[in-house]
This record gives sequence, structure tokens and C-alpha cells, in this order.
Amino acid sequence: MADLVFWVLSGVAVASGVAVFSVDSMARATYALAASFVAVGLALLLFDLQFLGVITVLMMIMEMAIMAIYMIMFMGMNPALMPMSMVHDKRWAMAAAAGTFVVLAAGAVLVPWPDRAGDPADDLTAAVGEAIMGDKMLVMLTVSPVLFATIVAALVLALPSGRYARLGDHLGRRTAPARDPEGAGR
Amino acid sequence: MTGVAEISAAWAPAGAAVLLGVAAAAAALDGALAARADGRPLRAGVGLPVAETARLFRQRRRNTVSADVLLRWIGVGGLLVVALLKAAVVPLGGAVLADLPTGLVWFNALDVTVWALVWLVGWGQNSAHALVGGYRFLAQALAYELPLMFALTAPAVAAASLRPADIVAAQADLWFVLWMPVAFAVYCLALVGFSVWGPLETPVGADVAGGVLADLSGIDRWLVLVGRWTLLTAGAAFGVTLFLGGGAGPLLPGWTWVLLKTAVLLAALVALRRRLPALRPERIQAAAWLGALPLVLLQVLVVSVVVVGRS
Repeated sequence: MADLVFWVLSGVAVASGVAVFSVDSMARATYALAASFVAVGLALLLFDLQFLGVITVLMMIMEMAIMAIYMIMFMGMNPALMPMSMVHDKRWAMAAAAGTFVVLAAGAVLVPWPDRAGDPADDLTAAVGEAIMGDKMLVMLTVSPVLFATIVAALVLALPSGRYARLGDHLGRRTAPARDPEGAGR
Repeated sequence: MTGVAEISAAWAPAGAAVLLGVAAAAAALDGALAARADGRPLRAGVGLPVAETARLFRQRRRNTVSADVLLRWIGVGGLLVVALLKAAVVPLGGAVLADLPTGLVWFNALDVTVWALVWLVGWGQNSAHALVGGYRFLAQALAYELPLMFALTAPAVAAASLRPADIVAAQADLWFVLWMPVAFAVYCLALVGFSVWGPLETPVGADVAGGVLADLSGIDRWLVLVGRWTLLTAGAAFGVTLFLGGGAGPLLPGWTWVLLKTAVLLAALVALRRRLPALRPERIQAAAWLGALPLVLLQVLVVSVVVVGRS
């Protein structure tokens, strides 16, 4: 049963990965990529990593739902509302993709995988976290809020309708005309 | 440990029937209240779900020019599927269809799936108003999703578990709604948001000619309408699990209490709906990010301090 689920999910992941480059619509390409990631996330459930599997599905769908907006907004001359090709520079792209696949697949197949020593931990999610992060856990926990604060700060500074653009150097002023009035003032 | 047992998958059709039944009852109540507000007899409104079903089942499907049929089909059919998958992790008293150790994250992942589905319905029709509706939904989702995630965190922290059955068991002494009212309020608002319903239904609003519903007809329209009502119902049932003690209650068996509480929560939402204005996505961003998010973070902090103090 687990074998069957694995092969079906792998098939879906690879097929929708191929679809990303062979469809002619930005919306289809984005959601094909989402489907590919979801299949990989569900495959994680086969390792009994329930939390990681479900959270991968959550993150990938959320990310692709937002990504679709940007892809359609910025890709191509005709903001991706018309059919368009998903590949550029076909020959080199093909070579790079095939080369990467061969290297990664060869690694997975040729590496001498160790036999299991000891029993799996009770809480596999915590064990994976420890194994990957180890003594860097504190650093990672600190870095993520700093990164997030940086993103928010950059947005606040860059936003055309934000207060820095509207008030200039006079942040002490209480009011200034809104560039893009909201609601009743519109 | 929690007295909740996983029941055979053969019960799944019965569970689906219960979900659809409760959703239909809520839609009937909504129809009745709408009829009363219009000065028509109540009876004219109660039959609304049945009449609308009969009408849409006989209606021919209308197709727009070069619609993306595949994506539209995924979005249209997906909403009901998501609602059913959400309902599967709700413990009905001592029985649950899927006793997932990460049921809470499962629920969260599914309500994020709604982001994709609603946008796909809007995109797939190749119609301007439908696309506007799809984009409106994503903007609205950006406002409610983060507060919702932290509102879900509060009961999980208090119960020290992501399993819905454990969260119900942890409320044996005191329902979570009593000491995490902010999280419950935020949850209810987000529930209305991901169901594209009530004050947060501008993605299907009349001002954009029905938004994502603009060019849907027949069975497609029925599936989206039913999807919204079942999402609301499944969300209410999950809210009962997280905050209102699940199947806890005197005399009656647990599953009746879950259904009763879900019905009461739904009825309250339906009754409130007519008293609230439509909230456009761009108007709620500031309130969500500057108001609801810090408040619900404070709620999680209070819960965490209580949990640490208790242990």
C-alpha cells in the first residue's frame, strides 16, 4: 500500500513538474508547480512526518496562490493574460535541467545508505529538527524574526502610499493628503 | 486516553450527509430571515435551498469564451471537497472519521487551499468580474489568515496537542471560549472570511456583478454555493471542537451536543449577518494587521503564561 502511494505521488510530482514547462498559461504553470509540491508534501506523510508533510502542503499552496498574482502581473509583454511559452533559451535550459537531474538522481541511487541503527524516536518531527539544526537552533530562532522585521521595514519604507512617501521628512506632521484616498474619500 | 475512537471509513457518506443537512438547515434559516426582512412569508424563504437546488440542477451550463475549463472545474469542485475533508477531523462525541495527531494543522492547510480554489474559480471563467472577485478574495485572505493561524495556536498551546480529540479533552473543566475570548472572536471572523460569506462576501459581491459567481450557472454555481455553506458549517463544527467544549454536556450523548452547539453557532452567525455591513478587503487590512493580529498574539501570550504557571 505504502509503495503504491509512493509511486502515485512521485508520478504526480514529476508529471506536474513537467507540466509547469509544457503548458501555455501562467495560471496553469503556477498551479502545476503547486500540485507538484503538494505531492511531495504528501509523500512526507509516508515517513510518519505528519506535521512536516501537512505544513509543506499549507506553505506551498499559500505561496503559489500569491505567486500566481505576481507571475501574471510581471511575466511577458501582455501581462500573461494570453497564452505564452513557459521556457526561454531552450537548449541551455534543457541541458542544465538534465544535468541537475542526473547528478541528484545519481547521488540518491549511488550513495551507500546506512542501515538503521536503533529505533526511531517517539516524536519524529522534533528529532528531525534536532538533527538538522542541532546547536544552531537558537540562532535560527533569532534569525527568523529579524528577517521578518527586515521585510516589513523594507515594505514600510518602499510603499508609495506609506507615510514616508506621503510625509517626507516631516513625520511629526499628523496628517497629509493621502495619495490614494480610501473609502468615502475616493 | 481521550475516549475518542476512529470509526470505519464506511461512515464517511453518513458524515457527508450530516454536513450537507446542517448546511442546508443554515441556508434555510438564512432564507427565512431574508424573506422576513423583505416582508414576504417565512415559508417562501425556508424552501430556498431546495428551490435553488431544483432550479440549478435543471439549468444548462453557460460557458464563457475560451474559459480555462480545467482550472474552473478544479476550483468549483474543490470547495465542497475541502469542507468534507475539514469535517472529517471533527470528533462527534466519542467518534471521529480521521483521528489525525496533527488535525489542527490539517484544518489550517485546508483553509489555505480555499485561497487557491476561489481564485481558480475566478480565473477559470475568463470573465473580468469573476477575476476581480478572485483577486478580492486573495486580498481578503491576506487579512484574515495570520490572525486565524494564531487564533488556532491558542487552544493548541493550552491543550499541548494538535489533535482535536486532545483539545476537546483539555476543556473538560473549562471551555476555552471562556478564557480565550479574543481567539474565539478572531476565529469566527476568519471562519466567515474563508467561507466567503456574510460581511466578508465582497468577492461574490453584487457590486462586481456577483464576482467569482458572475458567470457560473447550473451545477457549477450550485457546487460553489454549497461549498460556501458547507465550509461555514465545517468551520463552525471545528470552532465548537476548539473553543466550545466539543461533545461536553449533560444528559445527551456527545455527538448530539456537537451538532447542537454547531447549530447554535451557525444560527448566531446567520442572525448577525443581516446586522453587519459588507467589509471590503482594502478597508479591513489595517484593522486585521494592526488590531486583530496584536490582540490575538497577546491572547496567545496570556494562554502560554497560564500554561507555564499551571505546570
